[in-house]
Amino acid sequence: MDTLTIALVGNPNCGKTALFNQLTGARQKVANYAGVTVERKQGHFIAPSGRKVQVLDLPGTYSLDAMGPDEIITRDICLGRREGETMPDLIVCVADATNLRLHLRFVMEVKRLGRPMILALNMMDAARKRGITIDTAKLEAELGVRVIETVAVKANGTADLVAHLDANVAPHVPDIRETGDLHGDVRRILNAAVVMPQRTSLIDDRLDGILLNPFLGIPILMVIMFVVFQAVFTWATPAMEAIEASMAWLGGVVTQTLPDGLLKSFIADALIGGLGAVIVFLPQIIILFFFILILEESGYLPRAAFLLDNLMSKAGLTGRSFIPLLSSHACAIPGIMATRSIHDIRDRITTIMIAPLMTCSARLPVYALLIGAFLPNTKVFGFLSFQGLVLFAMYITGIFSGLMVSLVIALFRKDKSEHPLIMELPSYRLPHVKNLAIGLGERAMIFMRRITGIIFTVNTLLWVASTFPGKPEGGTLPNIDYSFAGMVGHWIEPIFAPIGFNWQICVALIPGLAAREVAVSALGTVYAISGSDDTVATQLGSLISSQWTLATALSLMAWYVFAPQCLSTLAVIRRETNSWKMVGVTAGYLFALAYVAAFITYQITHFFVGH
Amino acid sequence: MKLTELPAFAPGLVTGVIDTHDGDLISNRLRELGFVDGEPVRVVGRGPIGADPLLIQIGFTRFALRRSEAARVMVEQAA
Repeated sequence: MDTLTIALVGNPNCGKTALFNQLTGARQKVANYAGVTVERKQGHFIAPSGRKVQVLDLPGTYSLDAMGPDEIITRDICLGRREGETMPDLIVCVADATNLRLHLRFVMEVKRLGRPMILALNMMDAARKRGITIDTAKLEAELGVRVIETVAVKANGTADLVAHLDANVAPHVPDIRETGDLHGDVRRILNAAVVMPQRTSLIDDRLDGILLNPFLGIPILMVIMFVVFQAVFTWATPAMEAIEASMAWLGGVVTQTLPDGLLKSFIADALIGGLGAVIVFLPQIIILFFFILILEESGYLPRAAFLLDNLMSKAGLTGRSFIPLLSSHACAIPGIMATRSIHDIRDRITTIMIAPLMTCSARLPVYALLIGAFLPNTKVFGFLSFQGLVLFAMYITGIFSGLMVSLVIALFRKDKSEHPLIMELPSYRLPHVKNLAIGLGERAMIFMRRITGIIFTVNTLLWVASTFPGKPEGGTLPNIDYSFAGMVGHWIEPIFAPIGFNWQICVALIPGLAAREVAVSALGTVYAISGSDDTVATQLGSLISSQWTLATALSLMAWYVFAPQCLSTLAVIRRETNSWKMVGVTAGYLFALAYVAAFITYQITHFFVGH
Repeated sequence: MKLTELPAFAPGLVTGVIDTHDGDLISNRLRELGFVDGEPVRVVGRGPIGADPLLIQIGFTRFALRRSEAARVMVEQAA
């Protein structure tokens, strides 16, 4: 059976990605186009006849004229001009049936390309609910393009589209009836084929009336953010305890059954002690992403950008920076990639530079470990978790520092011309379970891949470095003190002594340069090896709380607000800005801030609390 | 009048978008997004600080426009 290659194109917010998810399910591959920072999403499905259909999800754009990278990629792929990409057999142009005035203009532009195409009229259910009547036969006649109705968020909502693709209809190139006036043509077609009872949906009006209310809008946003961070701490607890318990059980089994020696030490210390310390945070990361995905899917995120635009522009940013910065709370890498939606290059560079200051989920293991070990688990006002409040404060500190840095950047900028906002606020939508599940699955996989890839490798190296060359004759200290890692830790300890880091932390910081959460697994390994042979450091928290001072713990937390300990972030900055200088400047200023902040925190805490 | 001067929720009609300088990219983008002669337009919300940005309803679409952007759009109040 032959393979059919189709490309999905459309305006932002037309439901293209939902359609893509519905068609291809989990069979997708996300990557970048070679040499540019435009995301390439590809998937496939097998139609009922056995025909294989390759689906390419092109970036959402408003126009093919503009010169942005997204527009150029979309146009070049449709025309088969991009090297290394096969020309699609059929372009499926996706339009939101409730927003045809805007989307039809783009359809007309795609038509001008002169390639075989069909129109997927998406969100037909929402259109019907709003009383919008679309005469598809007339629309087809006026456009000269085959029109197929879809409801991308329903399981059988793409049946007609699949049947059409399966039926092997000879691809049809529409005739171009040029008049030169796209808007005029759109208006004529709408008048002929569409009856609109009302300008907008009542639900959108009502919700925007409340959520964008000048007085209520920002308080509501604050409450939403606050609930998210409380939930990360409280909802995840049962799952985390279960993971901890099973790690402890596993550790027990290993220490009792395996004979003493290197193998036992490797499995107990590097695998269970190290990786176990990080895997515990999977539930929190999933909960955080769950909320971010819901906010994204529901259409609330651009509203938040609307509310904050004025404040953020005073800090030298734009409301558009909000979405990348919020994503950076999950991980700076997708956050920095999301800055592609910021069209102004100055705003984009500033957003990239401060994205690493947002508290990413890799810091969560570090904060959670330290907060859990050193701060009391009491309730404030009887219902708020004190530890949750401190975590919230850590997030606020990150955001506040980001705004300050952005102000400083704005002061030094030479080009002070106008920065545009112009942002579409899409209709509100109920988040769809399938899209949520695919998004969460992706995130969980990335986390697990990091654990089994980077973290496993680095941790194994660390175990080797902390185990060898081994204790000399007559040595009295634990093994690790005589190891390579121990030596290096002791060498660099003087640099970090003013900020209160002991040599174990120094050892953990070195592999922690690769990725932040590695520091936790590294600490797990370091303390497991230093400890007696029969215990596995599954209870790293209680161990450090008995060995570190409060000042050291707080100083380490302050360090982690700033320190750019993530090679992947630096690599993605290099890719997105195409400049090593940007990488150097960003890493340099972050390390400097980290040292200063940790120094101040340590000295002040030490002065007031002693130890 | 300018779109920034249109009273909240009052129905208006776009008469055009002016360029503040040669090759004004912001004005171009506005025209691409449908701010063209004869389109019905309304101001349906304002940002919480300095009444900026404005929430603009044009046709069936909502846009957030900063005041400086909205000031490029010329409108007349519809009857």
